[in-house]
Order: sequence, then structure tokens, then C-alpha cells
Amino acid sequence: MKDSKEKMDFFDRAGNIRKLWISLYGVCGLLVSVDFFLPAEAHFGLDGFWGFYSLLGFVSCAVLILLSKVAGFFLKAPENYYE
Amino acid sequence: MNNIPPAAILILGALLVPCFRSKFKNIFVVLLPLAAFGLILQLETGASWHFHFFGFNLTLLRVDKISKVFGYIFTLNAFAAFLYAFHLRDNTQHLAALVYVGSALGVVFSGDLVSLYLFWEAMAVSSTFLILARKTEKALAAGLRYILVHVFGGLCLLAGIVIYISQTGSVSFDAMAERNWGTGLILLGFLVNAAAPPLSAWLSDAYPESTVTGGVILSAYTTKTAVYTLVRGYQGWEALIFVGCLMTIYGIIYALLENDMRRILAYSIINQVGFMVAGVGIGTMMSLNGSIAHAFCHIIYKALLWMSAGAVLAMTGKSKCTDLGGLYKTMPWTMFFGVIGALSISSFPGTSGFTSKSLIIQGAIQQHLAWVWLLLEIASAGVFLHAGIKFPYFVFFAKDKGLRPGETNKSMLAAMGFLSFLCIFLGVYPKPLYQILPFEVTYQAYTFHHVVSQLQLLMFSALVFFLFLRLLKRTETISIDTDWFYRKGGQLFYRVMDRGLNGLNERAEQVFSVGLAGWLGRRSRDLPFRLAQVFLYPIWLALGLRGGELREESLALKQTLAKGASPVGIGAAVSTAFLLLFFILSGLI
Repeated sequence: MKDSKEKMDFFDRAGNIRKLWISLYGVCGLLVSVDFFLPAEAHFGLDGFWGFYSLLGFVSCAVLILLSKVAGFFLKAPENYYE
Repeated sequence: MNNIPPAAILILGALLVPCFRSKFKNIFVVLLPLAAFGLILQLETGASWHFHFFGFNLTLLRVDKISKVFGYIFTLNAFAAFLYAFHLRDNTQHLAALVYVGSALGVVFSGDLVSLYLFWEAMAVSSTFLILARKTEKALAAGLRYILVHVFGGLCLLAGIVIYISQTGSVSFDAMAERNWGTGLILLGFLVNAAAPPLSAWLSDAYPESTVTGGVILSAYTTKTAVYTLVRGYQGWEALIFVGCLMTIYGIIYALLENDMRRILAYSIINQVGFMVAGVGIGTMMSLNGSIAHAFCHIIYKALLWMSAGAVLAMTGKSKCTDLGGLYKTMPWTMFFGVIGALSISSFPGTSGFTSKSLIIQGAIQQHLAWVWLLLEIASAGVFLHAGIKFPYFVFFAKDKGLRPGETNKSMLAAMGFLSFLCIFLGVYPKPLYQILPFEVTYQAYTFHHVVSQLQLLMFSALVFFLFLRLLKRTETISIDTDWFYRKGGQLFYRVMDRGLNGLNERAEQVFSVGLAGWLGRRSRDLPFRLAQVFLYPIWLALGLRGGELREESLALKQTLAKGASPVGIGAAVSTAFLLLFFILSGLI
């Protein structure tokens, strides 16, 4: 079992978690800003808009999570459901 | 003779497994797929090993680019899987795995529907033992359901083949032109093994109940032989585009709901096979290349993910995300390899998923299939969510549950290292893979625009994961899938039969055994008294007995008969009365 005297690990430190959050926001910001310089390469019109793939990634994942949450109301069952 | 069916090496080799002891057994099973890989490398294109079977021309070995590419990856993956299982001395599991992989090779190299069917069924039976070998109650029940579903799928396939042969007179397995009952039933049989909803629940039900090494082997062959058969027989069937897109989204939703790490990976198989099935449905050279390349890469990174999860299960004995977390501290290599698998399945630039899945999406773009393209992009973002981040995050990071199992054994790490290398190698240098695909590849995955758009899609997916983490918190639940129909349906059938037939049985006992027989018994017991009473009653009346005297006389008669102490006179009188009645009746008749 976990030893209370065990040294604090990278992910145990709140400061590091904060740095990871800042990095994630930074990377996302950087990636979306590339669209300012990147010539649009549209196959269907829609995908030529600024920030299209960023928005698609964000919205589709948010919708998928919410969808699974709604589905969970109907589909989740206790572990001994079939016993 | 150079052209030996590769299936023979593994299936015949399997028979020798019990002859070897200790480490030699493992060395032998690791070498077998390598020998088969070497054989496939030098197989010459063409058909051989023809047999006459009930008037049909069977072809056990049909070699072309499609069969070879599946042959390469089936044997390479088997090598990695047996290396992973190097500590295992269980004859049952090794035998089952070798026959299973050998039969899968039999399917992809058979040139006709009859031999394909025979290998298909051999796969179903042998793979079941990889589930049963876990020897838990859950595994036994899941194994039984698994084989029943595959028997159903096999029967659909057989019925389809019989109709197809009777209509065309041919047993050869090539692109299906006609759309009729025969080809439809064959397709249904293939789709059961491809785990297309609603026929998919067998996978997420049974694979997570298999043994640690069994799961690694199972993850590769059944669904990917089905992809092979679809590529061979059903390219360009538009319905498959719809089926494939449905599979991609279905897999994500269920994987997001799941708590068991190996069940998350099982659902992500359905999601990934969805991309391949959609590629087959699009049916162009680009998309078919994509489906095959994706099957190739998927086998590698999915086996890697199952190995990583298997190592965790082997070391901790736990499989639920709610019980796991913080394992990066004591299983850093397993975590590292697991993350490579997770990045590959997410098509992260620099990994094999990026160079293979892009071909399918490019196929949709070239055909101007806007909705298909959009759905596949959405599903790509969703893959990162459910398999790319969720699996490693909840197993290796998240909340430290205080588990300190230590790193897994060296052979398992070596197998994971080998597959991780392949993931990265094919990600940065896909040329060798592109060269073995059936059609020439002119596509360039690494354009600045493609890399940036893919990174945008994935990193914003990651952002959503961590922003919505509270909604993704794991619960100790299971998810109800379409197996509900036969699991609950089976219980309902049992109850209906129990109450119906046993109720009928009980009622019949009440009516006939207790009721009728009891009534007859009582009537028979009183019969002498009643008969005597019938005959004596007029005599008593003639003697002038009335009311109470009659009742007294009747009671006395009953007691006398019950005691068997009737005077001879009464007996004689009754006998005489009987005789009289007999003569009267016979006179009347």
C-alpha cells in the first residue's frame, strides 16, 4: 500500500498540475493561431473556415460526452445486474 | 515445394506443443509464427492446393497482395503475442491460440467459400478456449454466449454460401456482384464477426473475460478476418459506409460509459473496425488501401493496448478504472508503451494510426462524401477522448489508489517494446506498409496542413476531456448492450418455460393424480356400500323402514362393510342382487 513517507511525485504536486493546464491551453492557443498563417485548404467549403478543426474537435467531443451522459441514464446498470 | 498454406504450419505445429517442456514450449510457439511469416514472404502469387470436395473445386491457397498483407500482420502479431506469453506454460491456451491464428490465416488464404467456412468455424471454436481458460464463472458464462453468437453467425454464413452456390454454381470467393439472399446472408455472417451493431455485444461481453494473454490474441483476428472478407467480397457496397460510421460512434459512446479498462478497449475495437468497414463501403482504391493499412496498424496498436492492460491486470488483479490509478509510479514502462498505443489509436502524427486512417478519410474526401468525412473526423476526435486519453489517464494517472505492484516481466515488456517500435516506425516511415498494399499509394500523409489540422482536432479533444473530467468520473456500473436481449431474454425464456411447463405439470398432477385418481379411489372404496345400499334400499322400504330407521340401517350397513364383517346372508343377498341385475341387463341387451 501507499507509503505516507513516499516522496511526492511529479503529478502529486498541485503546482505541476497547474503548469500542465497552462501548457494545454498554450498548445491549443498556438495551434488555433496557426490558422491565421495557414492558407485554407477546403474540400467541402465548411472546412476552410478559420479554426474549423479546433472547433470540430472541441464541439464534437463535448457533444459525445454529453450524449454518453444521457445514454448512461438508460444504459448504466449495477454490476450484478445480470446475476 | 514453396507454396505451403501458412495455416498448416501453425495448426500442425499446435499438435506438437504438448511434446515440449518448460521454456522450450515457449521458444517453439514463438518460432512457429516467425516460420509462417518467412513462408508468406516468399509465397508466389497465384492459386494452388486444389481439392475436389463433394463435386466442388476447393482452393486452399490463393496468394495475392490482399491475402499477403493480412498474412504478414497476422503472423507478426502472433509472434509478439507469444513473446508476451513467454511465461505461460498452459498447453490449452497455446494450442487454442495457434489453431485460432492458423485458422485466421486459413481464411485469408483460402480461395473458395467452402474452405473459408471451415476455417471460419475453426476460429470460432478455438478462440472460445481463450475465454474459457480464465476459468472464472463469468468467463465460462461469457464463453458460452460467445460461441452461441458465433454459431448463429456461422449458420447465416453457411446458409448464404449454400444459396450462393446453388444460384451461381461457383464456390470461388471474389467480389460479390449480385445483391440477393445468398450474398446478403454471407454478409450478415461476416458482419457478426466484424462486430457491427446490433451484432457486436459478443465482443465487449467476452473479450474482457478472457485470460491476460488470450485478450491480446483475440483482439486481432476475428474482427480483422471479417474486414478481410469484406474487402474481398463487399467492396463498394454503400450500406457498409453507414454500418462503418455507426460503429465508430457506437464504440465511442459505450467506451465513454465503461468502467472496465479491457471493456473500454473492446469497445474501441468496434470503433476502429468501423473506420475500416466504412472504407470498404466507399470502395475506391484509396479507401480500400486505407482499410487494409488501418487493419494492419490497428492490429499492432490494439494488441499493444491489450498487452498494457493485460500487464496491469496480471500485476494488480484489477481491471476496473475505479480500482486503478497512479500506476505510472511503479509500472512506468507499461505506462510508456500503453501511451504509445493510445497515441497510435488516436492517429497522432508520428504514429501508425496517422499514416493509415488518413487514407480512409482521404477516400471519403475524394468521393465528395461530406457527411461520411465529417462523421469520420468527429469519430477521430472521439477516439482520442475514449482510448487515447481515458484509458491511460484512469489506469496510470488520475487518483493514486495506493497500488504499488511493480513492473511486469521482461518478456511482456519486450513484446510491448517491439509493437511500440512498429507503431512509431510505420508512423514516421509508412513506405514499407504502403508498398505491400494492393493498390499503388500516391498519398502524402505528412503535409503541413494535415498535421496541423489533426493536431488541432486532437488537442482540443484533450482540452474537452480535462474540462469535462467531472462528467467522465467513473462509476461502478456496467453498460447494457444488445446482449441484454439474449441474456435477459434467456432468463425470461427460462422463467416462461419454468412457469409454463412446470405449471402445466403441476396442474396436470392436481387434476389427474390428486383429483381424478383421488375421486376414483374414494368412489372405489365406498363402491360395495353404495351398491349394497342401492339394492337393499327397496327391500328396506318394503320392510316398512322409514326416516331415522333407514339412516340407522344404512349406517349399520356401512360399518359392517367397512369392517368386512357382513353376515353371510347380506353377502348372499347382495350377490343375488348382483346376479339378478346381471340377468336383467343381459336380457335387456
